[in-house]
Amino acid sequence: MEKYSAFGLLRHALSGHRRWPQVWRSAELKPNYDAVVIGGGGHGLATAYYLAKEHGITNVAVLEKGWLGGGNTGRNTAVSRSNYFYPESTRFFEHSLKRFETMGRDLNYNIMFTQGGVLSLAFSRHEMEIFRRWATAIQVQGVDCRVMGREEVSEAVPLLNMSPHARYRVYGGFMQQRGGISRHDAVAWAYARAASSLGVDIIQNCEVTGLNISDGAVRGVQTTLGTIRTSKLAMAVAGHSSVVAGMAGIKLPIVSQCLQAMVSEPIKPCFDHVVMSPQVHCYVSQSDRGELVIGGGADTHPSYGQRGNLPTTESVLNAVTEMYPAFSRLKLMRQWGGIVDITPDASPIVSKTPVNGFYISAGWGTGGYKAIPAGGETLAYTMAHDRAHPLVEPFSLARFAQGRLVDESAAAGVAH
Amino acid sequence: MNQTIRRLPHARIEADSTVEFFFDGRRYTGKKGDSLASALLANGVGVVGRSFKLHRPRGILGCGTEEPNALVQLESGEYTEPNVRATLIPLYPGLVAKGQNAWPSVRFDLLGAVGLCKRLLPASFYYKTFMWPNWRSWEWLVRRIAGLGTAPQAADAERYVKQNIHADVVVVGAGRSGLEAALEAARDPAKRVLLIDSQEEPGGRLLGSPVPEERSWLANALSEVAQRDNITLLCRTTVNGYYDNNVLAALERRSNHLGPRSGNAFRECFWRVFAGRVILATGAIERPLVFPNNDRPGIMLASAVREYTHRYGLTLAREIVFYTNNDSAWQVALELHRVGVKVDAIIDIRGAVDSALVEGARDAGINHYLGTRVINTKGRSGIRRLKIQRAPADGDPSVQSVESLPCELLAISGGWTPTLHLYSQSGGKLQYRESDACLIPDCNNQNISVVGRAAGEFRGELNLQCQWLTPDVPPENQWVDFQYDVTAADIQLAARENFVSVEHVKRYTTNGMSVDQGKTSNVNGLGILALATDREIPAVGTTRFRPPFHPTTIGAYAGIELGALYKPVHLLPAHKAHLTCGASFDDYGSWQRPVCYPKPGEAEAAAIAREAVAVREAVGLLDYSPLGKLEVVGPDARAFLDRVYINNMVSLKHGAARYGLMLNEAGIVIDDGVVVCLAEDHFLLHTTSGGAAVIHRHLDEWLQCEWTDLQVVVNNCTTQWATMMLSGPKARDVLQQLDCDIDLSRESFGHMQYREGHLLGQRCRILRASFTGEVSFEVSVPARYGQSLWKILMQRGANMGITPFGIEALMLLRTEKGYLHIGADTDGNTMPQDLGWGGAIARKAGDFIGSRSLSLPVGLDADRLQFTGLELLDPKGQTISGAHILSADERTTNGYVTSAVHSPNLNRTVALGIVAGAAQRQGEEVTVFYDGLRQRARLVSPCAYDPEGNALNG
Ligand SMILES: Cc1cc2nc3c(=O)[nH]c(=O)nc-3n(C[C@H](O)[C@H](O)[C@H](O)COP(=O)(O)OP(=O)(O)OC[C@H]3O[C@@H](n4cnc5c(N)ncnc54)[C@H](O)[C@@H]3O)c2cc1C
Repeated sequence: MEKYSAFGLLRHALSGHRRWPQVWRSAELKPNYDAVVIGGGGHGLATAYYLAKEHGITNVAVLEKGWLGGGNTGRNTAVSRSNYFYPESTRFFEHSLKRFETMGRDLNYNIMFTQGGVLSLAFSRHEMEIFRRWATAIQVQGVDCRVMGREEVSEAVPLLNMSPHARYRVYGGFMQQRGGISRHDAVAWAYARAASSLGVDIIQNCEVTGLNISDGAVRGVQTTLGTIRTSKLAMAVAGHSSVVAGMAGIKLPIVSQCLQAMVSEPIKPCFDHVVMSPQVHCYVSQSDRGELVIGGGADTHPSYGQRGNLPTTESVLNAVTEMYPAFSRLKLMRQWGGIVDITPDASPIVSKTPVNGFYISAGWGTGGYKAIPAGGETLAYTMAHDRAHPLVEPFSLARFAQGRLVDESAAAGVAH
Repeated sequence: MNQTIRRLPHARIEADSTVEFFFDGRRYTGKKGDSLASALLANGVGVVGRSFKLHRPRGILGCGTEEPNALVQLESGEYTEPNVRATLIPLYPGLVAKGQNAWPSVRFDLLGAVGLCKRLLPASFYYKTFMWPNWRSWEWLVRRIAGLGTAPQAADAERYVKQNIHADVVVVGAGRSGLEAALEAARDPAKRVLLIDSQEEPGGRLLGSPVPEERSWLANALSEVAQRDNITLLCRTTVNGYYDNNVLAALERRSNHLGPRSGNAFRECFWRVFAGRVILATGAIERPLVFPNNDRPGIMLASAVREYTHRYGLTLAREIVFYTNNDSAWQVALELHRVGVKVDAIIDIRGAVDSALVEGARDAGINHYLGTRVINTKGRSGIRRLKIQRAPADGDPSVQSVESLPCELLAISGGWTPTLHLYSQSGGKLQYRESDACLIPDCNNQNISVVGRAAGEFRGELNLQCQWLTPDVPPENQWVDFQYDVTAADIQLAARENFVSVEHVKRYTTNGMSVDQGKTSNVNGLGILALATDREIPAVGTTRFRPPFHPTTIGAYAGIELGALYKPVHLLPAHKAHLTCGASFDDYGSWQRPVCYPKPGEAEAAAIAREAVAVREAVGLLDYSPLGKLEVVGPDARAFLDRVYINNMVSLKHGAARYGLMLNEAGIVIDDGVVVCLAEDHFLLHTTSGGAAVIHRHLDEWLQCEWTDLQVVVNNCTTQWATMMLSGPKARDVLQQLDCDIDLSRESFGHMQYREGHLLGQRCRILRASFTGEVSFEVSVPARYGQSLWKILMQRGANMGITPFGIEALMLLRTEKGYLHIGADTDGNTMPQDLGWGGAIARKAGDFIGSRSLSLPVGLDADRLQFTGLELLDPKGQTISGAHILSADERTTNGYVTSAVHSPNLNRTVALGIVAGAAQRQGEEVTVFYDGLRQRARLVSPCAYDPEGNALNG
């Protein structure tokens, strides 16, 4: 893998940038792999990378039905944070956040992780109580987080609606300063490049259509490009989790819904943090390019259509205008949707399954971008050792049958 | 370019008008009917913008939504708007605009120096650098340079409205084919036809036509449209989104043409259009040709030249040259000549061109260069000369000849792209037509058709010869996306690095991601990618178009639903009376409720404490109307409730009340409240305030989806009753002063009893339950009498010291008593056994929602968080809801403080919490942690005040 650097840019400039190598190899599908990962999103690519890097399993294929990173990994609002409520979650997401902090140099690809801080707003006394509980939970686990009063919030977000005519009064909020946003495509490409250079075959335009299972164990996969033999198979297909797990006869407790995101036209920097507002439901940040990146709640009905409906767009932008009256005259440039896989407790599933050699990574829902490094790392471990990585023990598929939910929304009430 | 003093006579502007405007601080004048772009051109302003990355000077390229370059900052203060297309802003008197993304100005921009490092900044260079020592050291710089215009700092001074409109046929685009389609559809008088056009007036391309027959056709068509009363015409309206079931979103600009402070009630109207059938007549957008330095100011789409000449009457330059690969630009050149505008030359890539065109040019005295390419352009702030290269006559490359031509305006045409953004949004697929290199509609599942140029039906053949980029010359300066500075070399680089999917190329190079969303760059990018990867265009595929078609004001999506109208506010029936009593209000769920009733100068905490003491010592009055009230009626009502609550509801007697807990399927406690039996088949459920709607839905879901055999109806009657809670030792005395036909005596109306009767001659329902620990009467009367009941109780209670109390005093009182508040003292994991209800479950005979989940392993865990009281060892200590209980090693959380108040009645802190294994650990000491502070506390019974419950039976 050729190292990227300013010096490299300079050198390539001299040859008119005509000698840059491929970021990932164009690989031909082989009939046999030691491990196969379905889904070329961030999770699938990271899993393949860690299989090769940490466990020496390099005869690996990543099968992607479209173009790599074209699922939710390339459609999300790119917020990373680790201010989760339960220790199980915080431990996992903090591990992931730390990986994000060093990913640029670890993978030699600048993912532009801007740690401007993630601020959540409270609109009532009760929400303030919950936020205090939440912030304390994070502090107890040694992760940075601070509760802010109304004045402090107002200073941190000058464009926030603090008028007495605002429908809901901002009581305060809490901030994780190390949280922030990065370039989602870059994360996918960085893992693809690193994995490919370690020998992983990345196969695009290759849809998995069936699984070969006999005697309770995985034997191979059927794809639109032919059948492959393998004894270790993982799926990381986000919104299509129920479909692929169904091929193994596994029914997942997952609902697939469309989650929208949208951006304004680019403007000069005016918004430093990621600000989440659960009551007046929207969240906003500003990208390096200058666009305001906006998200909100999921469309209310299950769907596989990656578009999003108008009422949800309206309600999200309604909230944005109510919260930031100065943004009213800005223009929405683009809106899109991704299919998110939501579990009953809104926590992920990284797990072995009743089928030997078949592993799943699913349920990342509205917040699995930030989990890509840790998700890949733990799934790779689980595949290599056929035993759950300690960080994901609480996130097994079996927890639903046992009732051992890790219900973040129950304790904290906020997504993403 | 020269200032045009006189406009051509056939222009659609008011020739003798004068409209003053300002650009970059200078004063100019234009004509009524001008757009800002045409007015700037008329004044010879060539450089109107700077590109995003390299700050290259940019001039006007197009004349409508496709414009990538002429983005300005319009007006200032609370009226300012960044990134406004100069081509779309009608000139109004006093208009003030500024160039953007430049310092000090677009004409002279020091940041243009970035362009010197261009070679170091290929597509996505940033992913390959800025890693040492870390991104943070660079990010501030990169962020500052990025972005285009500036966001307003003040709230928008104008307002927006949203409206719905239904039509049998919606025609989008009122050009020739749109008008034809609308008139055709309107022939059936029963059909409502809606004709929408984004321009200031209908007519589309006909507005820029010099041909008399076309102009009179338009006039006739418009007068026919006006006569038809089943056609609604919406101009200045851009359809931006196309959703499922033929729902369209459109934005009408109501006052932008008048400027700010126009006095119009609404600046824009957001239309939700519900269409039976949609006809897209959205026309086509001309494509630029890609050649070295094709981004210089003075290079303009041929279609824009046509528009500026005929519609606005401008003679754009002295030396006008056309450069094309198809016939359409020849027509434009000949039309220019016909109205007396001199055209110097036509350069055509094609070796052979239709003889009629060639003859026409010859007759008009226009030089033409066939089989010729532009291989460079020269000029500083605008184009001055062209370098052209004639293809070898007999295919021998050695005999190519290079020439230089003077040129002040280069009109370019690389073919046409049907405007199919909406078609694509609607779910339609596109197909590629080789003959004229364009994408046309293929198939669609919605009721939609496409007509005219949008369908690729160009009038006359284009006879196009494809040239995606100029071969044999460096691709580095051949611009594809003018705004984001994407060149052909960038696309080739992407392909080289294996970004071969169109979506990858778009993201890697940012081609088509700028504010014009690739209207002029997408197809060229596609062609260059196909060449670079040696594929056919259909194999490369296209990117999906996303709404909005044209950037849409964010405030318009909100409409008037801001401030008080954002979410309806629930006011209490006695709201005014609370105001009179000096209440301070706050949001509790959807309700605005009194927090407390502070006396003048009294702090909130003091007021709450005073009210709480008054309830314990005399009597308090609380507006309890938001208390959820659901009526459950039907022969199976009792059986239903027995399945819904974990408590036994089989034995609940007429007139009796029983406290109940409700679980969801997972066994989690979701609500509690008092259930009253009104009749054998009629029950009244009380839910937590604010929970009524959610619980109503929960119950209905079970009835509608699971237990369809039960004959039960649930009705939410919360807002039909005003409920006043009289609480305190003198509560009965106050109520007894009122004329009431219910026996209120202690003996006949005990705790947890319910009566119906008449109070002051009106129907009333009285429940004796208590959330304060004092004798309480919850008196409900029809909502319209709420206000008078409050007033009368306040009057009659005055002599007994009646004190109005707010929700915070109620919370204080119930915390003293250790009464559970669902949602505060429970979380999304709380099961009934955590609240000491294990026994009740064991005794219950029948099945109920959640019962199966209670037997899951998780329900038996020893370290479940259980409800408990907490007593700080330091009698003066204070704590706060949100503090945590730490484990013995203080490294993990063992529970939380869920309610904490300073009790004025006990004069110490009273706290409740949920703590791991609390039931077995009563009396144990624990550490309470908040904000760095550690305190010791003891686990005690939740009830801190009057544990014997004497007050209740008073
Ligand atoms: C609008 C939006 C905003 C979001 N915002 C955030 C955020 O701010 N922060 C955050 O942390 N998370 C966010 N998320 C969630 C996050 O994007 C996802 O959880 C995460 O990207 C999931 O990654 P993945 O690799 O599992 O899935 P994906 O990236 O979706 O990858 C799955 C891949 O599997 C492929 N696939 C599916 N079926 C098959 C098959 N049969 N054969 C082969 N391939 C198949 C798909 O084509 C896809 O490429 C957001 C999501 C959305 C939609």
